Amino acid sequence: MRNEEDLHTLTGAYALHALGREELTAFTAHLAQCASCRQEVAEFGGTTARLAAAVSTAPPPRMKDAVLHGIDSVRQLPPRLPADERPRTVSGVLRRKAGPLALAASLVAAASFGGLAVWQHQQTEEAQQRAQGTELRMRDLTSVLAAPDARTVHGRTSTGAVTSVVSSQRQDKAVFVGTGLPEPGPGRTYQLWYDDHGTMRPAGLVDSDGATLLQGDLRKASGVGLTLEPAGGSPQPTTAPLMLLALPA
Amino acid sequence: MDADASRRTARHHRAPRGVGRREGAPVRQPLPFAAPDGGGSRLEDLMAQVARGDKDAFSALYDALAGTVFGIVVKVVRDRAQSEEVAQEVMIDLWRQASRYRPEQGSVPAWAATLAHRRAVDRVRSAQASANREYDQAAREHQRPFDEVAEQVETRLESEQVRRCMRGLTELQRQAVTLAYYQGLTYREVAETLRAPLPTIKTRMRDGLIRLRDCMGVTT
Repeated sequence: MRNEEDLHTLTGAYALHALGREELTAFTAHLAQCASCRQEVAEFGGTTARLAAAVSTAPPPRMKDAVLHGIDSVRQLPPRLPADERPRTVSGVLRRKAGPLALAASLVAAASFGGLAVWQHQQTEEAQQRAQGTELRMRDLTSVLAAPDARTVHGRTSTGAVTSVVSSQRQDKAVFVGTGLPEPGPGRTYQLWYDDHGTMRPAGLVDSDGATLLQGDLRKASGVGLTLEPAGGSPQPTTAPLMLLALPA
Repeated sequence: MDADASRRTARHHRAPRGVGRREGAPVRQPLPFAAPDGGGSRLEDLMAQVARGDKDAFSALYDALAGTVFGIVVKVVRDRAQSEEVAQEVMIDLWRQASRYRPEQGSVPAWAATLAHRRAVDRVRSAQASANREYDQAAREHQRPFDEVAEQVETRLESEQVRRCMRGLTELQRQAVTLAYYQGLTYREVAETLRAPLPTIKTRMRDGLIRLRDCMGVTT
């Protein structure tokens, strides 16, 4: 419907965060393939930063204390792994991306899940999770993939990425596999959701292609969804789903 | 609804604009932008240290960025208590995501300002969304009331350069950029407010930013 030139004029609105949900999805997908748009968006970012600096206001001093105290219990994201190989098929993803290192990285990224609201309530839980370590999570992931009752559903996101969800009722867990997900864009992340018959339950963040164990138990979820959210994730979806896969009953 | 009527309608879902809203002193330090070999690379170095978990470096980074972050969040969100919360989240997010910062994608202040503006806009829109959950999205976008249009475009700017460059824009460019950036409106809302066609607003936002970029000499 929209031609490339139309999309290109959206660089301004995108840089001003003035796009609605639909346009944002379409433009984000376009951005992944348009180097000159990325360049322009980066320059506009430098421009809007000056608009921000022009209204600079000193925050109350207590804010610094709160932030410095806050970071004590926030795990930093690992560096993004170079996207030098872009697997084409789902089996390719599993074969290539499920190497222990990449897997560990994506699991750590998933484990650092949580908007700050959630984070505040999760400090204790996170400390426990940390103690159990990544190894356990990898074991969880492989045990879902290898479960005798594992069922797989496939679908495409509205941006054209290939996704699969492998779920195991017996393990009460699910694994999401994505291929060809465009960069979420600055300050954005993909977030997974369990669809509890119309109520979306946060199920962790996804930053790039690969296999990710969904956070939380499958329970009676009827589906799995994927949305684009502000970095850090949201307690409820704030954008229209890019993908919503019904799980086998 | 015509624009005058929408201007008269109060914007209930936002906190009222109190007189004491800007009690925080404006920050008049030199702006931390990529000078050839000055502040920019210092901040990049700091960011690299932060990415390795260095909390002292983060404290210095906080001092350099908090004014910009808080300023833009307050501008968009308006309510001070909420703004403080959002600005805190942004600063903590900078810590969390430090390893994802890529100098080739923009300066550290640009990255921070982008995160801050995004979060502020999301906060305002999700408040509106939850207040309007029942309504159809399209209807909602056309029903959102607007007020304070005159005030919206008279943004008080601390930077002489930004003021000067703003004066170089056409009226429509200036309003389009200002309403979107400082008020957090979507471009549909901007079009509605200014009673201009959508494609015109899209274009004015882009050519307005191009003119500002050139006036300010921004490279990335």
